[in-house]
Amino acid sequence: MREERLSESSERESLLAELAARRWRVAIALTAAMMGTYFGFLLLVAYGKPVAGALVAPGLSWGILLGALVIVVAWVVTGIYVVWANSRYDAKLDELRSAVRGDGR
Amino acid sequence: MTDSALGKPNGTAIAFFFVFIVATLAITGWAARRTKTTSEFFTAGSKVTGFQNGLALAGDFMSAASFLGIAGLVASSGFDGLIYSVGWLVGWPVVTFLVAEPLRNLGKYTFADVVAYRMRQTPVRIASAVGGLTVVSFYLIAQMVGAGSLVTLLFGLPYEVAVVVVGIVMLVYVLFGGMIATTWVQIVKAILLLGGASALAVIVLAKFEMSPLRLFAAAAEKYGPEVLAPGKLVSKPLDTVSLGLALMFGTSGLPHILMRFYTVPNARAARSSVLYATGFIGLFYLITFILGFGAAVLVGRDPIKAIDKGGNMAAPLLAEVVGGTAFLGFISAVAFATILAVVAGLTLSGAAALSHDLWGHVVKRGKADEREQLAVARVATVLLAVLAIGLGIVFKGQNVAFMVGLAFAIAASANFPALLLSMIWRRFTTMGAVASMATGTLSAIALIALSPTIQVDILGHASAPFPLKNPAIVTMTLAFVVGIVVSLVRPEPDAEKKFASVARRMHLGPE
Repeated sequence: MREERLSESSERESLLAELAARRWRVAIALTAAMMGTYFGFLLLVAYGKPVAGALVAPGLSWGILLGALVIVVAWVVTGIYVVWANSRYDAKLDELRSAVRGDGR
Repeated sequence: MTDSALGKPNGTAIAFFFVFIVATLAITGWAARRTKTTSEFFTAGSKVTGFQNGLALAGDFMSAASFLGIAGLVASSGFDGLIYSVGWLVGWPVVTFLVAEPLRNLGKYTFADVVAYRMRQTPVRIASAVGGLTVVSFYLIAQMVGAGSLVTLLFGLPYEVAVVVVGIVMLVYVLFGGMIATTWVQIVKAILLLGGASALAVIVLAKFEMSPLRLFAAAAEKYGPEVLAPGKLVSKPLDTVSLGLALMFGTSGLPHILMRFYTVPNARAARSSVLYATGFIGLFYLITFILGFGAAVLVGRDPIKAIDKGGNMAAPLLAEVVGGTAFLGFISAVAFATILAVVAGLTLSGAAALSHDLWGHVVKRGKADEREQLAVARVATVLLAVLAIGLGIVFKGQNVAFMVGLAFAIAASANFPALLLSMIWRRFTTMGAVASMATGTLSAIALIALSPTIQVDILGHASAPFPLKNPAIVTMTLAFVVGIVVSLVRPEPDAEKKFASVARRMHLGPE
């Protein structure tokens, strides 16, 4: 009985470790996406001034359009993370938590 | 526009201002009755909802510098202002992904709780308190000097009187109402600022068939197509990237922002609060961009510069042109409320570093009782308010705009690397954390002192020993490298062993 409990708890530990690693992978991938978008914008503005100043439509330059899009990307990546975390990640955490409680600890 | 009511005592401005003060003091009185314990003082008892905290985070972050400064920058140079707006926003997704939830699960009042979790308390607490207080001090100087000049311009009060008034009102909020009052002041301010700025933007856009593009086109017609293109701000690409790094990772190291995550009940609420904050702040920066162009077209660059060389009065002048003295008064009062809310958040986070980290964990070795810690927190609040007023007066007339950039650079170099490594790297050690934080703080201050900002712009020398205006690209890298190397050279088996419990609590939360 005692051994069984031990192996169950070590299984939980490895499930938690897996979930934790997964969260960090998602977090780091999304951070990298945000960095890529923002520094891409900065480098375009710094090295491609003529491009950034060229007009897409009257009153709208590529620079303004892309700058506004960086803000939209920031909203979108944050949204993606929150949706992922609220559904997948929290559900797995709840499973782990109830397993811990069910164990009488 | 030489007949602007700006700078003269303005009846509406004073009326709105008094309504705001009376309302926020009433909130403070209500909050004071609910502030009995240390945790209520520092974290509002962790009873703030995700949505409320999202607004409060926005209220804590949207400073007068970003409202008036960016609108002014856009009015005077067009596109360049957008580079700052975008930079100040992209730090928020990083906060969401990397720090908000682990911080909520691991800590109690300060970010030092997280770094010190598995380390030897005394050295880590001292180093993080020094890093945190340095950031808070530079940020406070920028806010107080800004407050003094702003109130002088808006209401015609003498500079010193303005600084003292801001300091005392803020002190009343924090001293009596703690985090509960600070949170509500920030929420009220965020709503007023977002509402006021949106109303102004709608009135402006109504003159351009509700199309921002027509407004931009009108600006390009008046001042040439270069207003829509990158200008002087990006003359040195490496400088731009370094500033970008400071803005992107600095937000994750600002003590007053990090502290707000302890005011919500759990990690899920922390997560949703950053989503709301990112939404509000992004919207606010898009609106500011429209206001800047609106001011350039409807007020004109010369009248704006005639009132304030820095262009900071673009938004208030725009309000006067489209909505008369009453609207000017409203926007002025909102700008003042903005400063109060930011300064209150800064002071509270400084008080937490002094009383929780230094007094509670270093002097009392973690054995300070509840009453004593609360008393020390209140004494620390008074000291910080006096310090803020003093710094505001000492730095009168100085060019302090660079201090916000400096605060971000120090936050990104001193606080962020140690915070991140303590959460994700098993082999991070006490000495590694202390060395990383010390290196980040000292190198950022030293390189700013040697930068063109201080050497050329302020001291008037022909050149500067360090070429970059913002040092983050060097100092943040250095802080990571030093933290990693020191940890590898002298491993700390105790801290490594405790990592399992950090990893567990970081995700499952305190049980």
